[in-house]
Amino acid sequence: MQHDDVIWDVIGNRAFCSFKVKTKVQNFCRNEYNITGLCNRSSCPLANSQYATIREEKGQCFLYMKVIERAAFPARMWEKVKLSKNYEKALEQIDQNLIYWPRFIRHKCKQRFTKITQYLIRIRKLTLKRQRKLVPLSRKVEAREKRKEEKALIAAQLDNAIEKELLERLKQGTYGDIYNFPIHAFDKALEHQDEESETDSEEEEDDEDVGKKEFVAEDEIEESDLSDFEDMDNLKAGSDEHEESSEEDESEEEMEEEPEASGSKGKMPLKGAVFRKKRAYVEIEYEQEMEPVPKSKAT
Amino acid sequence: MNVKCCNCEPEHVDAPAEFSFPPTFSVSEIKNKQRRHLMFMKLKQEKRKVAMKKKKKKERDALGDKAPPKEVPKTIENQRVYDETTVNPEDEEVAFDEGTDEFSAYFNRLTNPKVLITTSDRPRGRTVRFCNQLATVIPDAHVYYRRGLALKKVIPQCIARGFTYLMVINEDRKVPNGMVLCHLPDGPTAHFKVSSVRLRKEMKRRGKDPTEHSPEVILNNFTTRLGHSMGRLFAALFPHDPQFVGRQVATFHNQRDFIFFRFHRYIFKNEKRVGIQELGPRFTLKLRSLQKGTFDSKFGEYEWVLKRHENDVCRRRFNL
Repeated sequence: MQHDDVIWDVIGNRAFCSFKVKTKVQNFCRNEYNITGLCNRSSCPLANSQYATIREEKGQCFLYMKVIERAAFPARMWEKVKLSKNYEKALEQIDQNLIYWPRFIRHKCKQRFTKITQYLIRIRKLTLKRQRKLVPLSRKVEAREKRKEEKALIAAQLDNAIEKELLERLKQGTYGDIYNFPIHAFDKALEHQDEESETDSEEEEDDEDVGKKEFVAEDEIEESDLSDFEDMDNLKAGSDEHEESSEEDESEEEMEEEPEASGSKGKMPLKGAVFRKKRAYVEIEYEQEMEPVPKSKAT
Repeated sequence: MNVKCCNCEPEHVDAPAEFSFPPTFSVSEIKNKQRRHLMFMKLKQEKRKVAMKKKKKKERDALGDKAPPKEVPKTIENQRVYDETTVNPEDEEVAFDEGTDEFSAYFNRLTNPKVLITTSDRPRGRTVRFCNQLATVIPDAHVYYRRGLALKKVIPQCIARGFTYLMVINEDRKVPNGMVLCHLPDGPTAHFKVSSVRLRKEMKRRGKDPTEHSPEVILNNFTTRLGHSMGRLFAALFPHDPQFVGRQVATFHNQRDFIFFRFHRYIFKNEKRVGIQELGPRFTLKLRSLQKGTFDSKFGEYEWVLKRHENDVCRRRFNL
């Protein structure tokens, strides 16, 4: 026997209903056949023996009806009627099928049907537009790629590569006459300077081992007589070596030279050049007696 | 025992007056035992290294001419698996292909590049700024706001207005992470993954903003056939004749399948030295797929697609 009131009393008010979802303000019904989705006395499909819903399957709308005569046969309880795709015709169908049914159910059925058709239209419109595809990223793969990229960046040595390429282009003459570096004479001069600085640096260390005092005084005088010296590259290279070698020895000359070396940048390279030039003339006569002391810095 | 002679006295007087060395410390002065031990071990290691080096050098010198040649250290680039699609500069087939491919119009000076830069939907500030900076780097580039338009519909419009390139920067989590570069009159479409984007503000020691001069282009290390077509793709972004007055250079450097983009201003100090100063944004690209026609993800014909497991097999195999 179907006692709707009793059923509602039990599941709606007192005991548990597995389809009921309680929120702070409202109760919802998760039953698939529910017409409004709320948990009400008139909307509960379990507590109403005469009930109707609209449901949609793959774009097709169906009208489901339940009557008390079939309450004993759960397998045949719901009568399924396919609704026409035409909106007005479908509304008429609903009216025909639900003639003499309570007003509430008829109204809610039509409302639901309207909503369903609206969202079906929307789906069809959206599929024609752009679909956003979500591509999953694997964390491990991304980390691996990142590391590979860093290593590749280090291996690339970009600055060097770019500079090399630019210099090659300059040599090949793609720039035409924009930059006028006189090629041959300058190259030769550069090579000369390179050779001189190399030989000088080796002999320098011998001299410091021997320890000449006169040397310093002459240097000071020479410094004031200096004229402008153009090639800054060699000076810098030379002065670096000079500084390194001077750090080892603790002879008097070194100490005196140091404050001068730590003077302004402009002076130091010049001084180094003078040093070298002066030495070039002096050293030619000396022979290498001792091997240069290997450089090692105390940690 | 004082063995001080008169010679040493002036030394003694001069030292504090003039300049004193910084006090050197020896390992034994560290009070903490653990740390002292550590530093001592380090010191020993260094000494051992130096000694080994010296020994090796001695041996080499002793052998003289008979010494075996110095071993070159193995790098991934040295050990790279030979790719059969590596391009020979004199290859006729390649030359013929290039004469008739989609870029021939550009390389025969029939068209001038005109680039349209846009983003995915609703770009965030970083992406917008990146697009703007790209537009300053590439001459004749225009940035347009993408208002949810479908690319397939955008492309015919671009062609109608004479654009040669469509560049779409894809964004994810407020950061640009992908780029679609489409050569327009039915040219190839390349899809890249974009990483480590540095905007101009974040560059250290950068110069002033790039001027309107057309930059030179440097393409490094594009060796295989695929790499070659990539190189042409990038080259066609920029106008034919770089203006050397501007002294700007855009570099696409391929290393292990990562393409690094840099934008510099250079100055020749003398014959042998050039100074470069980085302006402009920098980013890295990694090619994900190359498609033959214009952008069509469903029905397009893919010339090459990145398959991760291919490169997982051998660490020394690269595609570009």
